[in-house]
Amino acid sequence: MLHIKCPHCGMRSQNEFAYGGDATIKRPELNKEVSDQDWDNFIYNRKSLRGKHKELWHHISGCRQWIKVERDTATHEIFKTVKANEEI
Amino acid sequence: MQKYSIFSLIKNAFSNHQNWDLAWKDPTPKKEYDVVIIGGGGHGLATAYYLAKEHNITNVAIIEKGWIGGGNVGRNTTIIRSNFMYDENALFSEFGMDLWRKMSQDLNYNVMFSPRGIINLAHSDAQMNIYARRGNSMRLNGIDAVLLNREEVKEIIPMADFSDNVRFPIFGALMQPSAGTARHDAVAWGYARQADSMGVDIIQNCEVTGFDVVGGKIQGVRTSRGDIKVKKIGLCVAGSTNILAEKLNMTLPVEAHLLQACVSEPVKPVLDNVVTFGAGHFYISQSDKGEMVMGGDLDGYNSYAQRGNLPTLQHVLTEGIAMMPFLSKLKMLRTWGGIMDMSMDGSPIIDKTHIEGLYLNCGWCYGGFKAIPASGWTFAHTIAQDRVHKLNEGYSLSRFNTGHLLDEKGLGTKTWIS
Repeated sequence: MLHIKCPHCGMRSQNEFAYGGDATIKRPELNKEVSDQDWDNFIYNRKSLRGKHKELWHHISGCRQWIKVERDTATHEIFKTVKANEEI
Repeated sequence: MQKYSIFSLIKNAFSNHQNWDLAWKDPTPKKEYDVVIIGGGGHGLATAYYLAKEHNITNVAIIEKGWIGGGNVGRNTTIIRSNFMYDENALFSEFGMDLWRKMSQDLNYNVMFSPRGIINLAHSDAQMNIYARRGNSMRLNGIDAVLLNREEVKEIIPMADFSDNVRFPIFGALMQPSAGTARHDAVAWGYARQADSMGVDIIQNCEVTGFDVVGGKIQGVRTSRGDIKVKKIGLCVAGSTNILAEKLNMTLPVEAHLLQACVSEPVKPVLDNVVTFGAGHFYISQSDKGEMVMGGDLDGYNSYAQRGNLPTLQHVLTEGIAMMPFLSKLKMLRTWGGIMDMSMDGSPIIDKTHIEGLYLNCGWCYGGFKAIPASGWTFAHTIAQDRVHKLNEGYSLSRFNTGHLLDEKGLGTKTWIS
């Protein structure tokens, strides 16, 4: 069982959270020409790192806020959690 | 190579089975090969076998970081089926079904292929309509499909919950009678033994540390057991695809995710078929040893740990008990996890890449085991002829760019969502 420290609610079990994927992916800016490659990188292409991975989680059965988590994908150790609008 | 038969069995019985040949050798890597396959799992071993058998290319090495068959080919729930709706998936898988049927004879190795049929349960009228449509699509592609009503399902699997007060009543099912299971380790070993006998070097405990790419062409591969010169490399490393892609400066439409499976204690024969729960994600069959073999959802977050967490297991088994209440009385014998290469539309990739001489085989999601023979056959063709076969045309890497996605399950890009 993962225990994720929600920056709003404190330590909670993974059962309360939904996963949201890679947190480093940025949507191409609006109202600007977007190349196919940039769009593919946004929609499809993922590094899927082994080791430290920055990712989004949604505290869906709690405060319903999106948060950022830094977690090791090989050991599942969680290093840090921050609010969605903060840099990790 | 020693042929396995009743006669060789009797002959070796006289020497207490002490004089059997080794099934495959343990060679040191040569300096140069025509083709190097990275990944000694089912797909890699099958690819090497068909390169030798169909294309007469035998100066081939399989490089495996661990031991052959230690990854997903040894960690799955052994289900074999071709019950797909889209032509690309259906024709590819049905081609594979033919290879499965002939496999034991072809490999001179009993893979215990058991076409016991798969039953996908439906729990609403709408789901029956969807299954009727899928069944019709399958039959148009020459695949057997039978739509069963509630009474017919009850005759086949009376142990399922047919009582009145269930949350997800069984309305009927779609059955593919020719689907089934096989002995997963035997598949890996059978392919390994035949490939080895035709001259393929199976090199275990050998990690790939880098690639030599000059002017957009593959020149060689660097490994923990020395550098190897080679012009063609086939990458079939399933859950480790992203790690090796990074060494090639490639970012792929694939993510590594964790999938668990489990078996119960062995019990007397109770379930003749493979059965899937239609109101969630749960599948079950009974092994020849009597264990109930079960699996379901991914853990749902990126992972390279080959072990899972209990919440997902509890969720999956709750579905199982809702479908077949007797399961609650069984004790769990083992659970384990494997790393799935989840592609962004749920379908695999078997294609050339922008690097000349680098061929890609990945994105198998939940369905890697059943695809082993067809994947090996088409990947061998793609490598040997330097062009894709008609059967794997749909599994192109460029489809994510052109929009020709094969989202059989309609989950969009978040194929790991449960």
